[in-house]
Amino acid sequence: MSDIILQANNLVKTYTQTTGRFGLGSNQIKALDDVSIALKTGTTLAVVGESGSGKSTLARCLLQLHPFDSGEVLFEGVDLAKLDKNALREKRKHLQMVFQDPFASLNPRMKVGEIVGEGLLIHGMGNKAEQQAQVMTMLKRVGLTEADAQKYPHQFSGGQRQRIGIARALVLKPKVVVCDEPVSALDVSVQAQILLLLKELQAEMALSYVFISHDLRVVRHIADEIVVMHAGKIIEFGKVVDVYNAPQQPYTQQLLSAIPGRKAA
Amino acid sequence: MTEILSISHLSVTPKNAPTRYLVKDVSFQLSAGKTTCIVGESGSGKSLTALSVMGLLSAQLQASGSILFQKQELTTLDNKAMQRIRGAKVGMIFQEPMTSLNPVLTVGYQIGESLTAHLGLKGLVLKEKVAALLTQVGIPPERANSYPDELSGGQRQRVMIAMSIACEPLLLIADEPTTALDVTVQAQILKLLDELKTRMNMAMLFITHDFGVVADIADDVIVMFRGEIVETGSRKDVLNNPQHPYTMALLACVPDADGQKELKPIDYAWLNENQLNVEQTA
Repeated sequence: MSDIILQANNLVKTYTQTTGRFGLGSNQIKALDDVSIALKTGTTLAVVGESGSGKSTLARCLLQLHPFDSGEVLFEGVDLAKLDKNALREKRKHLQMVFQDPFASLNPRMKVGEIVGEGLLIHGMGNKAEQQAQVMTMLKRVGLTEADAQKYPHQFSGGQRQRIGIARALVLKPKVVVCDEPVSALDVSVQAQILLLLKELQAEMALSYVFISHDLRVVRHIADEIVVMHAGKIIEFGKVVDVYNAPQQPYTQQLLSAIPGRKAA
Repeated sequence: MTEILSISHLSVTPKNAPTRYLVKDVSFQLSAGKTTCIVGESGSGKSLTALSVMGLLSAQLQASGSILFQKQELTTLDNKAMQRIRGAKVGMIFQEPMTSLNPVLTVGYQIGESLTAHLGLKGLVLKEKVAALLTQVGIPPERANSYPDELSGGQRQRVMIAMSIACEPLLLIADEPTTALDVTVQAQILKLLDELKTRMNMAMLFITHDFGVVADIADDVIVMFRGEIVETGSRKDVLNNPQHPYTMALLACVPDADGQKELKPIDYAWLNENQLNVEQTA
């Protein structure tokens, strides 16, 4: 269980920001400053930090959606940046993403069945009937119905759309899923449903999650290990239990003590 | 305990569908120096309740019932009279500080606007008052000349707070004021609001969906579900000893920082039956 499926070594990513009233000046911002993480097979690694800490940049770099300046990302020991287009596409099947905003991440002009099935089509997995069957199985697994495949995204609530997003990612039977704030736009009751669904699916499909979040209560429930990011750097890393019980860095202590409701009613 | 606001039998319906209740038969009182939290999911009617108090409901909606503010009936006031109360005796803070601030005016000007409108302050007196307000909310007074985009999210929310308390209101309505903020900034803003409430002896109506925030800031709690109040009580009672099945179910969905709790999503079908039972036995 403890072998590493996804690993990032010394990632550096710099953004150039224009500054001043007329955008004449410029400023280098290190979104990722020598960041290394390792995701163990079948576990959940949470990346936490506040806005601007670089956690979403890290998610996108892991999936090669963003070019980075230096460093490497190894998936099952293979450096993804060294792969050609076709080989990378082949690997991408196993690396999927669930996005934060279920309203913005689904194409409004496509039916749900098409959205979920698109990945199968692109990767040429099975014939049409098989693809159709897999889409239906997946939709039912995430709590939707066969009839929902014929509907458009706007006909669904936020929680249902997030279920569609999860079905789209999981229909390809990936090994690693990067979840970028998957529940932060949802009501707390819906959030609980989605968190439980993610946990169940992880057990069934032997998934490994990178879970990006700013909500330390959610992370406590879903993650095995945690990295804390601040200003582009990883400042603390460890098992969730250890970090929550005995945070070493002042910034982590500050984050944990800022969790609302900690003082107890 | 001075009663500031008394709402009785407030209902909100769309004008073209007067039997569809968005808020139904809501009654509660607010007292000086106390924070009352309204908690609920999206669509529970918590924001509409707050907007009714301010007289800011959209033109498609209508409110019925009574809203007494310092013994004065607000529902029958005309727009002009309402304007004299809004921003002066009742302050309001919204969720998204960037969309509530005007991007082409300095924050100092925007804080000063209500002081000029309601108290007639001008010139140096106005400038000094704005500087004092900024200091009070923890922003260096020279930032009065800054534009909203030059401030961080937390600072913008502090500016909103300075605006809302400028005329020393008796009632402050805060609608999810920390939802868009990072957790450490949220903690600072909650602390600031709590201090201001105590120092100025305001009644605060705080709307949130986060029970963690409730635990930090509330004296009293109102739980809303589908437009109706299902439970009210002191913070301690509601959080530690909830009576209504919906409150229990909602609390069971909130993850805790210690990871001790099993998450349990709300079973609405079960709740529908169970809620009925409770009302019958009560």
